[in-house]
Amino acid sequence: MAPPEAAPPAARGTASASAPTVLEARGVGKRFPGVVALDDVSFTLRAGETHALVGENGAGKSTLIKVLTGVHRPDAGELLLAGRPVGFARPAEAQAAGISTIYQEVNLVPLMSVARNVFLGREPKNRLRLIDFPRMHAEAAALLDGFGVTVDPRRPLHTLGLGTQQMVALARAVSVDARVVVMDEPTSSLEPREVETLFRVIEDLRRRNIAVVYVSHRMDELYRICDRVTVLRDGRHIHTGPLAELDRMQLVSMMLGREVSEVRRDGVTGFGADGHDVTRTPVLTAKNLVRRHQLDGVSLELHPGEVLGLGGLLGSGRSETAKALAGALSLDAGEVRVAGRPLARSSPAAAIRAGISLLPEDRKAEGIVPGLSVRENIVLAALPRLSRGGVVSRARQDRLVEIFVKRLRIKASSPEQKVGELSGGNQQKVLLARWLCLEPKVLLLDEPTRGIDVGAKAEVQALIDELAGEGLAVLLVSSDIEELVEGADRIVVLRNGGTVGELVGENVSEDALLAALADHAPPAETTETAPPAETTDAVETADAAETADAAETADAAETADAAETTDAAEAIETAEVTEATEVTEAAEVVEATEEDPR
Amino acid sequence: MKQTSYAAKTAKTAKSARTAAAGTPATASADAPALPAPGGPSGPRPRPASTVAERLLAGVRSQGVLAVLLSVVVVASFVYPTFATLDNARGVLVQASFLAVVALGMTLVIITGGIDLSVGSVFALGGVLAAWASPWGLLPALLVPLAACGAIGLLNGLLIARAGMAPFIVTLASLLGARGLLLALTDEGATTHLVPKGSAFAELGQGSAAGFGYPILIAVALFAAGGLVLQRTSFGQTLFAVGGSGDAATLMGLPVARAKVTVYVLSGLLAGFAGAINAARLSSGVTIIGTGMELDAIAAVVIGGTLLVGGAGSVTGTLWGVLLLAVIQNLINQIGSLNSSYQSVVSGGFLILVVVAQRYVSRTRKSL
Amino acid sequence: MTAQATAEPVRGEGEHGDGGPGGKSRGAGAGPGPGLPGTRGRGLLGRRGTAAWLQEYGVYAAVAALLLFNALFTDHFLTTDNLRTQLIQVAPIVIVALGMALVIGTEGVDLSVGSAMSLAAALLPLYLGYGLIPALLVALLSGALVGAVNGTLVSVVGLQPIVATLALFVGGRGLALVMADGQLKQIVNPDLLALGTGSLLGIPLVVLVAGVLALAVAFVVHRTTFGRQVVAIGGNRAAAALAGLPVKRVLTGVYILCGVLAALAGVLATARLTASDPSSLGTLMELSAITAVVVGGTPLSGGSIRVLGTVAGALLMQLLRATLVKHDLPDSTAQIAQAAIIIAAVYVARERRSR
Repeated sequence: MAPPEAAPPAARGTASASAPTVLEARGVGKRFPGVVALDDVSFTLRAGETHALVGENGAGKSTLIKVLTGVHRPDAGELLLAGRPVGFARPAEAQAAGISTIYQEVNLVPLMSVARNVFLGREPKNRLRLIDFPRMHAEAAALLDGFGVTVDPRRPLHTLGLGTQQMVALARAVSVDARVVVMDEPTSSLEPREVETLFRVIEDLRRRNIAVVYVSHRMDELYRICDRVTVLRDGRHIHTGPLAELDRMQLVSMMLGREVSEVRRDGVTGFGADGHDVTRTPVLTAKNLVRRHQLDGVSLELHPGEVLGLGGLLGSGRSETAKALAGALSLDAGEVRVAGRPLARSSPAAAIRAGISLLPEDRKAEGIVPGLSVRENIVLAALPRLSRGGVVSRARQDRLVEIFVKRLRIKASSPEQKVGELSGGNQQKVLLARWLCLEPKVLLLDEPTRGIDVGAKAEVQALIDELAGEGLAVLLVSSDIEELVEGADRIVVLRNGGTVGELVGENVSEDALLAALADHAPPAETTETAPPAETTDAVETADAAETADAAETADAAETADAAETTDAAEAIETAEVTEATEVTEAAEVVEATEEDPR
Repeated sequence: MKQTSYAAKTAKTAKSARTAAAGTPATASADAPALPAPGGPSGPRPRPASTVAERLLAGVRSQGVLAVLLSVVVVASFVYPTFATLDNARGVLVQASFLAVVALGMTLVIITGGIDLSVGSVFALGGVLAAWASPWGLLPALLVPLAACGAIGLLNGLLIARAGMAPFIVTLASLLGARGLLLALTDEGATTHLVPKGSAFAELGQGSAAGFGYPILIAVALFAAGGLVLQRTSFGQTLFAVGGSGDAATLMGLPVARAKVTVYVLSGLLAGFAGAINAARLSSGVTIIGTGMELDAIAAVVIGGTLLVGGAGSVTGTLWGVLLLAVIQNLINQIGSLNSSYQSVVSGGFLILVVVAQRYVSRTRKSL
Repeated sequence: MTAQATAEPVRGEGEHGDGGPGGKSRGAGAGPGPGLPGTRGRGLLGRRGTAAWLQEYGVYAAVAALLLFNALFTDHFLTTDNLRTQLIQVAPIVIVALGMALVIGTEGVDLSVGSAMSLAAALLPLYLGYGLIPALLVALLSGALVGAVNGTLVSVVGLQPIVATLALFVGGRGLALVMADGQLKQIVNPDLLALGTGSLLGIPLVVLVAGVLALAVAFVVHRTTFGRQVVAIGGNRAAAALAGLPVKRVLTGVYILCGVLAALAGVLATARLTASDPSSLGTLMELSAITAVVVGGTPLSGGSIRVLGTVAGALLMQLLRATLVKHDLPDSTAQIAQAAIIIAAVYVARERRSR
């Protein structure tokens, strides 16, 4: 893999720089009740360019795409297609104007045939105005052949693999005389070979002067095929420019809103400055968690009394990891142990019994029961413990609720108030209370402070600190770099569904984290060093790491051989580099690999 | 391969290792679980393309009911000599033709993922209106019920597609409403409007051509037209798309709401029309018919292989489903000693079997 | 998102305010901004406030209005005899509606209640020879079986509730007729007849049973683990599952309860009729029960169960019909009015839902 800086061919940028603008959004604003999704966002798309659109959760990518494709009407600003103002009331109108879209989750009709899906709404007709199936099948087959997909167009779509389905979506999108093709995370369900096909199609679109809006959080892909990039954050436009002029580090800092080497300010968050007393024996160990398309070898250890940060960009598998640990996501492989005992069944109830509690990322969809009261929401998971003979003891329930309302300072008019009526911060506190009254051993917090106000945020952060201080093991998943760095004692970094590193001690810093997230070679002085407290562990871990190395390198080489690689030579070369790097680093780095020493 | 990810020392190293293993630098990492990983646990691989079993299942779904129908007919012909007579066949077919027309509309509704529980009442209302209007001639006798029943369908459709209300509750309410309307038209059921003897309208229900009663021919013609519309027009494709994935249909720019309203109007029209022809056959607008007919229609549609959750189905399947129910009913009558309620027991049993089977067949796929 | 958008300038540079519930439109409707506690809801009241009020108290107001109307304009309405008759007539509907309310609270629906009633009615005379209690038990067991089939199809097989309960809606009554051999059977068992006609302290037994059951269901809903889990599952299935609730077990239980209550209603109605009539007993009961529940303010979208409202809803429809009949308006008008009220109630609930 060539370094990203050198990746984009020089010809690309210059070719499109002078190209005319085909689609433009000027000062677009869109708000939903209680949310400003887009705020004065401008976006220009030139003919024939592949334009990356990036941002974290809630940045407004999806909303911008939906505005461009006629799903939403903007509240402010205007859209211009080839210089002329347009207003799309429906997706059909945007499609008629030459803007077609393929969505992350294949948005076709699973039970209908491939050909019918490709031509839905514009079927070829015969003289009698009836659908001409032979022609439709022939055209669909020809179209898909062009994408290197050989499939019987009569087959129902759902019998195909997800990747092939995505190819059908692509065929539909580009077969409509599109001027603009919007791709919303098109590769999230594709196999490598299919991704290559997709890239070939994009190259082809480029030659035909069709513009592509490419939404993805996979850095490799962006740097490989995109000419320019637009960064959104919190519904606002942050940057637009040639991708080649940005290195990954700069791109990631823009997405996350953190400056590189910005001075670290202690005490900005609600976390205390000091670390926690950490017990040696882990209460929770996860080994090599694998789930197709989502997790690819996540391993971590969580000790009582520590806050372990889980860092990673969108799509890195951070939420999936939390869910898998809580039994809410079944695994294809891997093992979760609590206090040494493996979790028998992958179900939330089993995980809760074992002492694991998960505060889910999506508070509204998976957390609160909006129509129920604060009281009922708090005690929901604890009901069996509060009841005798199936009847809930009001006294015990009220005592519990009172304790937690007071301790978490939940602001509600009364415990009777419906949770749906509370502010985001108080909803989050109610959920925290729900889990805390189970007295868990392990608390998994997925974005505990997202979308809540500043005051509540600091309170929640202080609470996390306090809980860890009391000996609870906390896993903190956050896309907020500052929160991670200040809140966590250690940070495990995920990328593409796998554990790729860990920051300990001095390296729990924003710079190091940014570098790890961006897959950026760390400057020499930030290379991790063993914190003094963990020297004894260090030897052990280094040992384990070494063993793993041997296996791994062999493995890697083997796979490279076996795999049908397009560029086997490059692969092997890289494998060698890997080995070399590892050997040098193995000596000095003790990066408590999540490897179980056994 | 799996080990690379967590044994790696730093982000950098891990990156290279993973890249190396995968071979295709840009994309390997994300799709790693699907790569051949020697010794490692491999995630579920994409299902190999259409297997024999899958085709068999698809075949059973579309043609299974026909096979059942044929075997029942063959066995019955041997066992009951009175079954396999031309007269009996004609009787069965005429009986079935009314349910068939109602079930045709129901098929379209169910394909869009909806349900129309009002058809029984609308059927009865159509008959009463037709009989009431028949003294004025053939055209009023047909147009009056069509207009009224189409309007009920339109109301159903608008409430469901535009106001976003649940189909079952809307059509359950119009079941009641249509029945109320019918009672209001007949002095609370005390009056029975008669069709003038020998009128053209009566002929429509009682006459025959080439040995087949007009109702049979009408039903066949409507099914042919229905099949053509469903399979060979954009409107038909839209119905499948709406039922298969409403969101996708919307994003593809298909007229989802219009399609939904249209199917409820069609369902109302067909039920009313069937009621009218039935009135012509019976020479009167019978007020007490049609109760429970919606259930027979749904059963026939589902037994005919149309997914009750929408998105797949065919009018031919419905035709076989209706015939199967009619033949079973006829057999129950032939046996004589059996209670006629056995038919609904059989329907219900079939329904459970078919629906559960559909669920298990489609679960693996739809949830992919 | 609002929170951060407003808060960020105050916080100063660099604060990474994260973006609310995501850029998707689904995420709309986040809690009110923290800076403006007082303004919440003021905008909501007004158009939506009316709908909310209607859903909350409309049914009681309507019952009161109807009673008042009848007291003023209908002769012999507010007499003990008449009220007694009305209550006796409404009792089976109330009982079925209680079970339906539980099912609807889980975002489900049970179309097979009429069939369950008819099954119970068909089984009663077959086992009355062994005495009232065994016959009663068999009848209730049949309801439990119907519910177990429905519940399994919903929770384990994963069918939509309408689809799942349709099979027994279609076949249940046929089964009852087959068992009863399609005949109406006179009931001669004095114990059972006493159940239908007897009274305690001047209150008819049937009404008493309905009242006690209403209290019991209210207790279950508000005070027991099971009831709270039912409501939570209806309110947010994903959250309930993540909170470790036994979703499948609770769902199956709810349908069983609904089946048992329907069977009990079938028994009581049979006792009142002094005959077992499986062919017509409980026809359109699913509609009456759903109407009572929805008119009573329980949303079809689940997550809330209003037991008292359901009772009031059943009463309202009963009073409405009685009023129309007493004023010599035909049954047809009553049916059309009922249809209109159902549509209106569901429409109002829908308005509220789209908040």
